Amino acid sequence: MEVPILKQGAFLIATFQAALSDADLNQLRMALVQQVVKFRSRAVIVDVTAMDVMDSFASRTLREIALMIRLRGAETVIVGIQPEVAFAMVQLGLTLEGVATALDLEEGLAYLIQKFKNID
Amino acid sequence: MSKRESTSKDSGARSNPGVGLVRSEASSELLRELVAHLRQNRTQLREEWVVRISETRLLTAMTKEEIFAEATSVYDSYVEALETEAFEALQAYARNLSERIIPRGVETHEVVGIVLLLRDVLARSLFAKYQTDFKKLNRILDAYEPAANRIANTVAVGFVQERERVIRQQQEAIRELSTPVLQVRERLLILPIIGVIDPQRARQLTEQLLRGIRTNRAKVVVIDITGVAAMDVTVANHLVQTVEASRLLGATVIVTGLSPEIAQTLVTIGVDLGKMNTVGDLQGGIEQAERLLGYKVVTLAEPR
Amino acid sequence: MAINSDQDIVTARQRGRALAIELGFSTGDATLIATSISELARNIVSYARRGEITLKIVHSSIRQGISVIASDSGPGIRDIRQAMRDGFSTSGSLGLGLPGVRRLMDEFEITSETGRGTIVTVKKWKK
Repeated sequence: MEVPILKQGAFLIATFQAALSDADLNQLRMALVQQVVKFRSRAVIVDVTAMDVMDSFASRTLREIALMIRLRGAETVIVGIQPEVAFAMVQLGLTLEGVATALDLEEGLAYLIQKFKNID
Repeated sequence: MSKRESTSKDSGARSNPGVGLVRSEASSELLRELVAHLRQNRTQLREEWVVRISETRLLTAMTKEEIFAEATSVYDSYVEALETEAFEALQAYARNLSERIIPRGVETHEVVGIVLLLRDVLARSLFAKYQTDFKKLNRILDAYEPAANRIANTVAVGFVQERERVIRQQQEAIRELSTPVLQVRERLLILPIIGVIDPQRARQLTEQLLRGIRTNRAKVVVIDITGVAAMDVTVANHLVQTVEASRLLGATVIVTGLSPEIAQTLVTIGVDLGKMNTVGDLQGGIEQAERLLGYKVVTLAEPR
Repeated sequence: MAINSDQDIVTARQRGRALAIELGFSTGDATLIATSISELARNIVSYARRGEITLKIVHSSIRQGISVIASDSGPGIRDIRQAMRDGFSTSGSLGLGLPGVRRLMDEFEITSETGRGTIVTVKKWKK
């Protein structure tokens, strides 16, 4: 399944689709890291608005993505988790701890811009 | 349409759904005769029934035309149920009918009343028809009565079930209204919780709050539990889950009004209070929220 | 539905979600059901390699519900009590996630025999 990864200046924006299998997620993880390296991006925004179910594997993959990308010196922000999905996730004990989150793309960008403004 | 599991819904007149439905040839024959009679005299009997309904002042919320229309379909369903013994279909019909008439203000005693009236009207017509043959009348009644009673039962139960469903829905709506999620400032939501929270209400609160965060694009939520006396472990967990879920939506939660007892409960379930954002009272909580929003320094969702 | 690969996990949960919506469950509940199916199917793939998920519509005297039966003939769970033990603050991405599934659904039943397999049955009722 093709997941679009868009370059927006120093950021990459990946929009996850609804029915991603485990194999798809693994591919995505590798692709994202490659792209970060290739473009020397400073951050990645992962938009999961379209994901109607987030299970333990998806959650683990997101954490791994954030970790691997941080090893490359870049930030990750997960945006667009739906209220029902968030509810289901915390019931299962999946908290995405250690990963930055924001309501949507707009908020995610605002967060990153602020963050880099403070650092620079 | 999904296949329904058949369960016996009527009262204890029989414990085994099979009994009473096992008919001898003779009684099947009688029932056929009975059904034929009821169909033949449909117009007259239905008219009689409608007259009795208005005499006893039932269904006052409905117009004559409405009563007539419903009476026709009820009559036909009644006779059909006698013939086919398809009580499931009858119950579905009853629920359907109830869905229509409950908003009109029709009550349980009215529904039970009119069904019993119909039973009586039909029984009287049987008396009239077989008055010269007492033995046969008895046999006909032996076939008619159990079936008629089961019908009355089925319809009543169907009505009551529908009614209960409506009441549950209304209670849910009331619960939602009574725990408002308030938008006080831009990007700031306050959820004051008062009184006793049971797990169901806690869950509903969480769902409401999450939806509210999304709709209002809130970045900070202040959950005030000053008005909550005690919390059991389940509800305390819900609170923790609410905080975590809110973070997934990009919002920070500040809990205010935490009593020592509740703090203890939280510690018992393994919550690190140091990590949870707590402030003594609501006022202080709002101030901190404003500070968080005013700064725009994004320390909100920093990786730990 | 046969569960043999990770793609089947997605199919199973999508079907479950569709069925829930069709029956009139709220989107929130449909998500919970779909998430449970995803976790149960995932367990099958991870531990038993192959198995089955069956979805059924169930009725009680006052309401409707969905029942999900996840069965496999895998290695089985040695200590069910251990698997169901759960500190609420644990991450849940470890192990079988069964306590989590139990929290998501209304009813939860599990039978397992080492060497024979495992059957997990969960139900959710429509409010």
